[in-house]
Amino acid sequence: MRDRLIFTGQLVFTLLVAAFLVVPAALSIMAGVTVNYFRGIQSGVTLQWVAQVWELYADTILLSFLIAFATLGVTLAAGVPAAFALHVQGGRLSRVVEEIITLPLAIPGLAIALALLSTYGGFSDFRRSWLFILVGHVVFTMPFMVRSVMAVFSTLDIRTLDEGAASLGASPWRRFRDVIVPNAVPGILAGSLMVVTLSLGEFNLTWMLHTPLTKTLPIGLADSYASMRLEVASAYTLIFFVMIIPLLVAMQIFADKERAR
Amino acid sequence: MVPRRKGQGHHRLMPHRTFVWLCLLPLAAVTAAFFLLPMARLVVTGAEGPRGLAGYLAILVEPRYRATLNNTVLLAAASTLVTLIVATIAGMFLQRHRFPGRAVLIAMLTFPLAFPGVVVGFMIILLAGRQGLIGDVSNRLFGEKFVFAYSIYGLFLGYLYFSIPRVILTIMAAVQKLDKGLEEAARSLGASPWAVQRDVVLPALAPAFVASGAIAFATAMGAFGTAFTLATNIDVLPMLIYTEFTLAANFATSAALSVGLGIITWFILALARSFSGSAVAAAG
Repeated sequence: MRDRLIFTGQLVFTLLVAAFLVVPAALSIMAGVTVNYFRGIQSGVTLQWVAQVWELYADTILLSFLIAFATLGVTLAAGVPAAFALHVQGGRLSRVVEEIITLPLAIPGLAIALALLSTYGGFSDFRRSWLFILVGHVVFTMPFMVRSVMAVFSTLDIRTLDEGAASLGASPWRRFRDVIVPNAVPGILAGSLMVVTLSLGEFNLTWMLHTPLTKTLPIGLADSYASMRLEVASAYTLIFFVMIIPLLVAMQIFADKERAR
Repeated sequence: MVPRRKGQGHHRLMPHRTFVWLCLLPLAAVTAAFFLLPMARLVVTGAEGPRGLAGYLAILVEPRYRATLNNTVLLAAASTLVTLIVATIAGMFLQRHRFPGRAVLIAMLTFPLAFPGVVVGFMIILLAGRQGLIGDVSNRLFGEKFVFAYSIYGLFLGYLYFSIPRVILTIMAAVQKLDKGLEEAARSLGASPWAVQRDVVLPALAPAFVASGAIAFATAMGAFGTAFTLATNIDVLPMLIYTEFTLAANFATSAALSVGLGIITWFILALARSFSGSAVAAAG
């Protein structure tokens, strides 16, 4: 009887916490397709707000995808070889390098953005282009890629694999391409999902780095929260959910698979 | 056979080492140009104000800045504490019981993981804003509209929204690793359920509390998006840095303040890492 009571109490508590997280998201989805949020869903269901968001903010959505995939490209090109090098090299130097590249995780985005502005703000062509935002996103997401790939390396005997291929006469580059990278695929995929998700949602850095001509989706969201009616802001948020939730689900499936191995 | 292979291996050693260094080169270049150099520049900028190096002390000495710092630390600490309590109760429950709908409940509790701060701010507006659910319900029940999204309480709620999913995941993983034998032993020795929780379970979870608490605290200290969405005049450090930079055009002060903020969050995470031994990082 007592156990039953404790169980029920905990269940109710957990349900309330879940409601706190889910109810506003559900409200936002509902508001995004409601004719008039104030009058409620009885006022009718519409896609006019979604259409209006697309009209007003389509460029922010496209720019966000462009930046997310460019960030992914750079973090793959620089992060995967570096993870390999840091793993093979080992020792103190590697630990110091790893420490330095993970620093951006511990420092608020605002500080990193101000640092970039103070250094490169004067280069006006660079400052005005979307590449300026790309640089911020690369700095912020790089640790996730490097760590995720290194985590896979640490479960493999990469040195033996590499030496085995070397004894067969393969050049370092071919070994990297044909032996190391294929073995790192789970880490590369997990890291990639993380990088794209983080880049699509990044606001703290981007708000400082953007210009009126380089607005990303989260910037547009903040803009709509401040100046648009609730239905439009909600429809915009709905579009963001639709973009981000498949990535989250993929990440979850991936994590479960890794755990099962 | 053996000497020849050895000789071959030696011959390859040099190009291999060069290759490893080459692998590190792109990352080193990106990090140096776009992180180390800018951070160094920021530290220098912080000392370029009218007060010079003393600009760095302003965060502690100037009453207005110090009040903001206190506010921020207090808010971050309070939201971390409440998050830990909430996440421990829910996480322990979810890890220890199997019931229909459990997977759905876990999914509901973790899906806001990837929400940026701005979206979290909007969620709080929908709950406690002018057209929010809480105001609507309170209006019907008491004839009065409770609206607190645009105050420090709204920000507090936002930090809870942000941290609970992360902390629940860490706590659930830690509960899974607990040795149930210890609890059974304590119980068989006559310890009450409460005593088992207090003397066996909670101490065993301490590393998880430290690690996830540090992340929640550091994230709350530096969170900008949520505060920005809720109101521009909430008195927390990231908003102060932002207004100093944009409204007051005071680059030196905002640089000094953000270096100070960065040192605080880095220090908290480093401290937590030396306690718990695992990698700890803030996000968002």
